Formats: sequence, C-alpha cells, structure tokens
Amino acid sequence: MISISPMQRFYWSVRRELWENRSLYLAPLGVAALILVASLIGAIGLPATLRDGSLDPARRQELVQQPYVFAALLLMFTTLVIGIFYCVDALQGERRDRSILFWKSLPVSDLTTVLAKASIPLIVLPLITWGITVVTQSMMLVFGSARLVGSDAGIAGLWTRVSLLPMSGILLTHLLFGHGLWWAPFWGWLLLVSAWARRAAILWATLPLLAIGLLEKIAFNTSNFAALLLNRFSGGPQGSETSSNPMSMAGMAIASPLHLLTSAGLWTGLAVLALFLAAATRLRHSRGPL
Amino acid sequence: MACIESHGLRKAYGTTVALDGIDLRVEEGRIVGLIGPNGAGKTTALHAILGLTPYEGELRVLGRDPWRERDELMRDVCFMADIAVLPRWIRVAQVLDYVAGVHPRFDRARAESFLAKTTIGRTRKVRELSKGMVTQLHLAIIMAIDARLLVLDEPTLGLDILYRKQFYDSLLGDYFDDSRTILVTTHQIEEIQHVLTDVMFIDRGRIVFNRSMEDVESRYREVAVHPDQLAAARALHPIHERPGIGQSVLLFDGPDRQQLAALGEVRTPSLADLFVAVMSDPARSAQGAGQ
Repeated sequence: MISISPMQRFYWSVRRELWENRSLYLAPLGVAALILVASLIGAIGLPATLRDGSLDPARRQELVQQPYVFAALLLMFTTLVIGIFYCVDALQGERRDRSILFWKSLPVSDLTTVLAKASIPLIVLPLITWGITVVTQSMMLVFGSARLVGSDAGIAGLWTRVSLLPMSGILLTHLLFGHGLWWAPFWGWLLLVSAWARRAAILWATLPLLAIGLLEKIAFNTSNFAALLLNRFSGGPQGSETSSNPMSMAGMAIASPLHLLTSAGLWTGLAVLALFLAAATRLRHSRGPL
Repeated sequence: MACIESHGLRKAYGTTVALDGIDLRVEEGRIVGLIGPNGAGKTTALHAILGLTPYEGELRVLGRDPWRERDELMRDVCFMADIAVLPRWIRVAQVLDYVAGVHPRFDRARAESFLAKTTIGRTRKVRELSKGMVTQLHLAIIMAIDARLLVLDEPTLGLDILYRKQFYDSLLGDYFDDSRTILVTTHQIEEIQHVLTDVMFIDRGRIVFNRSMEDVESRYREVAVHPDQLAAARALHPIHERPGIGQSVLLFDGPDRQQLAALGEVRTPSLADLFVAVMSDPARSAQGAGQ
C-alpha cells in the first residue's frame, strides 16, 4: 500500500474541480479573445491618438491606457460572475447528480473536499484571472506596437504610457487580497448555501440577505446590515484602497498589502469564512443525494 | 474480528422508522445477500455501514465507527450503488487519475487491464457510455482496489442479462477471495442465489431471516402435492403454500424427508420462493431471525 498525504488528496480534489468546471478558465479565455479582437480594431486609431498635438498630455495618457484597464476590469467581472455560479453549484451539484455517493466511496474527507472547493474562488480563480489578463494585455501591447512600427508616431509613445509590469503587480495583489481574501466571507456564504439548499441556491444566497436588510430598515429605520455588506463588497478596510477612480489602474491598487493583512476587517472576514466552511463541511457529512 | 457487527442499529426519518433495532454479524470471507421489498430499509442499512447516514445503536465496520471515520474506513471498503453514481462529466482517464491520486490501495495497471477487455475508450466521457459500460468502468475501478469489504447496492439495475451475468462472473472469478467480504442488495434474487454464502431478509427495518446458504439448502424443502394429498401435506405444517398447475406447492422448514417423498416430488426451494414464504408468514418475526 502506498501512502498518500492529505496534500495530495487536496491537490487531486482541486484538479477534479477544474475538470468538472471548465468554464472557470474557458469563459475568461473566450472574453480575452473578444478583447483581443476589439483591441486589434482599436489599434488602428492609435498612431492618430499619439500624434494629435491638440490633446492634453494627461488625457492622452488616459486614452492610451484605458483599453488595458478595461480589459482587466472585464476579465475580473467575468470571473466574478463565474465564481458566484461555481460556488452556488459546488456542493449542490454533486448531490443533485448523485455523484456524491461515488466521491464519498473514496478515502477523501468532507473537509478536504470543502477546502478544495473553497480554494477555487479564494486562490485558483484570482490566479487564473491574473494569468489570462497579463497575457491578454501583453498581446494588446504587441498589437499596438505592430501598428506603430513604420508609422511616424513611434513605439516609445506607447511603451512609456503603458507599463505592464507594475500593472500586473497591482493586479495580482488586487485579485489575491481583494477578490480572494477580502471577499472570503461572501465565498464561504455561497458555499454554505450550496451545501444546504435543495434547490434554487442562488435565491437562498441572496434573498435572505435582502430580507434582513429590509427588516432592519422597517424595525429600526437603519441600514447597518446593508452598509456592512456594501462596505465588504465595494472596498477594503479604511485607507487600504486609494479608490479615487475605480476605472483606473490606480483605483485597483491596494496601497499596502501589509496594512490589509494586519487589518481587523480581513481577519474578521476570514473567521466568518472558517465558520461558514465548518458548517458546510458538517452539512456535506450528513447529507446524501437530493 | 467480524467484518460488520451491529447491536440495536436504529434509524428514523421523522416518524418513519427505517431501521428498527438491527443486530447482525457478518464474518470475513462471506458473500451476503441483503434482500427485502422496496422500502424495507436495505439502502438505509448500507448507508449506515458506509458512514453516509447517522444512526442510533452500535455499529462497527472493520473495527471502525463508520459515521465518525468514513474517510479512513473507505481505504478498506468499496461501494458501488446503481449506475447513476459515476459523475457524467468525467472522462475515463480522469476518473482513473483521480482514484489513483487519492486511494492508497488502487492498482491502476489492474484497472487498465480490466478495461482493455472492454471497448471503453480512455477519452470518452461517462455520459457518452452505455449503462453497461458505466458499470464495467466502475467495476474495473473496484476490482483494482485491494479492499476488504465491498458493498453493492443494486449494482446491476437496468442492465441486460449478458452484462449482469458477466458482472457476477467477474466478481467471483477475478475478485472474491477468503480475505474479502461482499454485501449485496438486489431484487434479482435468482441471479445471485448461486453466488451467496449467506442470506438475510429485511422487512420494515428488521432482519427477519438470517442463514447461511448451506443451512438454507439443507433445511428447506418444497413439494408439489396433488389436491387429493393436500390435507395430508398440510398436516405436516408447511410454512407456505402456493398454487401450481393442477397442484399445490408446499414449502417446509426441516421436514421429515420420507414423509414428504410420499406426497410428491421433493426439491430444494429457490431463494425467491423462500423469500415470498418468509415475507408472507405472519409469525415470521420469531423465526429464523438472529440465527
């Protein structure tokens, strides 16, 4: 008998998720392909933008950079939606198609399975998003450069305004700390609902939150709960994001990941995640096929 | 150590009692058939044994508590339910990769050599395979796992007779040995009766009959009796009587062979006939239960 470590079981469980949910990478790849087609068209006007003397330099900078920022935002939005649908189905789908009986006939614990599923929105999806975005932006830069070769505008005008390396660094911290860790309670909640709900998990995931907000408003005429959720969803802890303009790369920058890591908000969120995942694990332990 | 041992195993869903105090002991190296009508508690009993459902009472499988230690237990136990259980999206090669990745007792080469005898392609998805092929695939995985207990819940449901026969032939020929135990439920009693070493009947959450097949074969007899002999035959206290063509078939528990022979042709009853007899016997709960 060979010995198999818990890490190996976790690794294979994550791979299993990627086999089952190919949309986790196919959807952003499809969107990336569309972005590239659009950027090919956009590159046509690039020399004119760089040459136009009447443009304010700051405005020119913005015009050149904008497609790269939009590409990143579009890919982020895509994987956010994919992540939500993934989580809502993650623990319900295996009960619906009865395959849970097969998975449970193998020596993999419920905790390993739940952690593997949680790792998808927390780590895997941010990394996939980052990888695809960096490759897409690089190819956009190549297209732009190819358009500029031989034109009188010169490549330098593009390369000095688009700095991919710092951009990809900002993106990586934004995705891992923001989408992964800061949103952790949302992901945990969706997984918990998926383990609990017999059907329509997406409604169970959203309507009760809406109801709590409304009941609070009726009972106390306050909206603390809604503010709490909104604050969690739209931003980091105070001062961690310089959210001057969310439509720019600077808007995505997490000023200091270290600051975020020491913030109470992050750790509260992770504690809530742990609670939700523990409850989801218990539910998976006791529930059979639907 | 017994392979499976339970005392007062009980499980209720709300007010419905699925298992009503089951005491049983399955020794190593046996092939046990658990047979019962729909809703008798077969699947619930198997799920308790596999750690899929909580229960009251005492239950040890290979010395472990299945509810608390399912993942450790599954290193030594294999489970195959009816065919709908392999995920439909998975590819044949992927399912082999995954099991090889997580199961310490899985011998991939063995699974491959079993699959080589079939027409199942490695790149096919489960949803593209026929029912029979999915069962072959699952069987290939199970045969390649060096387990001590194999639990089968209606494993051949929906398969044609050729696949069913092949299934049990493979299980007996290539898999079973003295160190393994097989627990199987099915409605196709005739097909497994020659495979079993022991048989249990379960009804309304209770084990109502529990004997070795040797015991069954030496103990029970049935005889086809002409109407004019019927009164004499009934005087010997048959446990069941059913109409035949122009005669009645009476089933006896431990009869005097010579007395029976005088009444008509004596034979060993099929398990299916015995099952019907036991299930329709109002006083059965006292009989045969326990051993």
